[in-house]
Amino acid sequence: MSLLKLSHISAFYGPSQALFDVHLSLEEGQVLALMGRNGMGKSTTVKVICRMLKNRGGSIMFDGRDMARLKSFQAAKSGIGLVPEGRRCFSNLTVHENLIAASRPGEWDFAAVARLFPRLEERRDQLAASLSGGEQQMLAVGRALMTNPRLLILDEATEGLAPVVRQEIWAAIARLKAETGMAILVIDKSLKELGTVADTAVIVEKGVSVWHGDFGDLTPEVTDKYLGV
Amino acid sequence: MKRETILNAALLLILLAIPLWAQSADEPFIITLTTRAVIFAIAGVGLNFALGFGGLVSFGHAAFFGIGGYAMGILAYHAQTYTPLMEWPFVIEGTKSMPVIWLVAIITSAIVAVALGALSLRTSGVYFIMITLAFAQMFFFFTISWPTYGGEDGLSIYIRNDFPGLNTMDPIQFYAICYVILLLVLFFVYRAAHSPFGLALSAARQNEDRIQAIGQGPYRLYLTAYVISGAITGLAGALFADLNRFVSPTMFSWQTSGEIMIFVILGGVGRVFGPVAGAALFILLEHQLGGLSEFWHIYLGAILLGVVLFARGGLFGFIAGREVAHD
Repeated sequence: MSLLKLSHISAFYGPSQALFDVHLSLEEGQVLALMGRNGMGKSTTVKVICRMLKNRGGSIMFDGRDMARLKSFQAAKSGIGLVPEGRRCFSNLTVHENLIAASRPGEWDFAAVARLFPRLEERRDQLAASLSGGEQQMLAVGRALMTNPRLLILDEATEGLAPVVRQEIWAAIARLKAETGMAILVIDKSLKELGTVADTAVIVEKGVSVWHGDFGDLTPEVTDKYLGV
Repeated sequence: MKRETILNAALLLILLAIPLWAQSADEPFIITLTTRAVIFAIAGVGLNFALGFGGLVSFGHAAFFGIGGYAMGILAYHAQTYTPLMEWPFVIEGTKSMPVIWLVAIITSAIVAVALGALSLRTSGVYFIMITLAFAQMFFFFTISWPTYGGEDGLSIYIRNDFPGLNTMDPIQFYAICYVILLLVLFFVYRAAHSPFGLALSAARQNEDRIQAIGQGPYRLYLTAYVISGAITGLAGALFADLNRFVSPTMFSWQTSGEIMIFVILGGVGRVFGPVAGAALFILLEHQLGGLSEFWHIYLGAILLGVVLFARGGLFGFIAGREVAHD
């Protein structure tokens, strides 16, 4: 049984329809790459999964449970950890406090996050606002892990970061996949890096999921057609 | 050591030194004045938990201050008149025991805070301010028209309540009780502010959507903070009533809510020790400026304007800088 299953999802921002017919399915322990050009509905799909935006049509099942009536904090409580686009750490809290504020019982605690990102241990008592972009991103990933999720969603996790920092983030994602068996949904523009971690892929075009399959089955024709600029 | 830690320690030492000096100099009035400052500080620390950490601008905390006061007044009144508080379905007697009165004040304030918070927190911004003010005014007008407990004239208690092993009529001993309670409240608030709950509350103040993304419902966080805040302010109300041996509807008035808010703003919103500094400064100004003119509130208003315009972190922010919002 799929851990996460979206069927025929449609969603609106006010009167404007953003999603028309999105399907995706993610198994436990799998990494799924959600791809598409800018403005095609990737982040909107994530918002719907996290219940920040209610879908008007279709169904979302997570761990066998219908998510339709859940509020966003209930979705997070049920085991969905989100690393939002733009990091969005709590700037008025320190690194340690950002992580403790999110903590829920489980194997992920401050020590475990610090093992994954040793830099956070070094910056432990620094305000989040004073961190570099890369460190804020590590903090955002760590904060999502502190909720001990079964599904981790990374929305543009490496956007705008220096190449060295990007490598650190991708290495951390690879470690999470190898060592925890956590299901991960990644949105990113870098096909090369996605290829190192993703098992399956879904491409969204104008609010419709137009391609899905194993990541290895992505052909140059498909990427040119749906992802080329 | 951080400047703020030094400031905290200095503040506690000053609040300890003044009454000790006053005792040796045979100045009981100064002890009573400092006791007032400490009790107001407790009320301010209570409001600060909701306002400073949760961003809940409650303009009705006099409701809890008054409930704490009336919890003391009613229990002590029935004890001194040897009449039961109620006879059916079971008998409840009055009491002169401070610990019991404090417990009743805390529980009653907390229960009322659950009810008021559950309704008020469905609003936000200016509506939240107005609804909390409206609830406090409801209590104010109710007590005015409640003849059983003195109505508009209030209720006098002839003897101060008892605390095991202490002579509570001795100003310095009653001060010691209030000072220890302030320390306990500060310790509790400090621990709560640094717990996962307190940090999530501070985070929710910054961004409610983001806090939901990590599995925390803002409503539950705010309600818990409001209840804790109300319970602490209720305890302060019980102590204030014991200090004056008198309760009246004034404890519920919007001026009282305003004064408690002034302690927080003067000292520093969101700083654990901020309201302590604010209450101490308020009492100092009241004492010094009050001697100069009966219109001393004009000067207080000017100072408050200065703080809001030029020192938004209050006294603490001005001296210790803006380090961590809730520290």
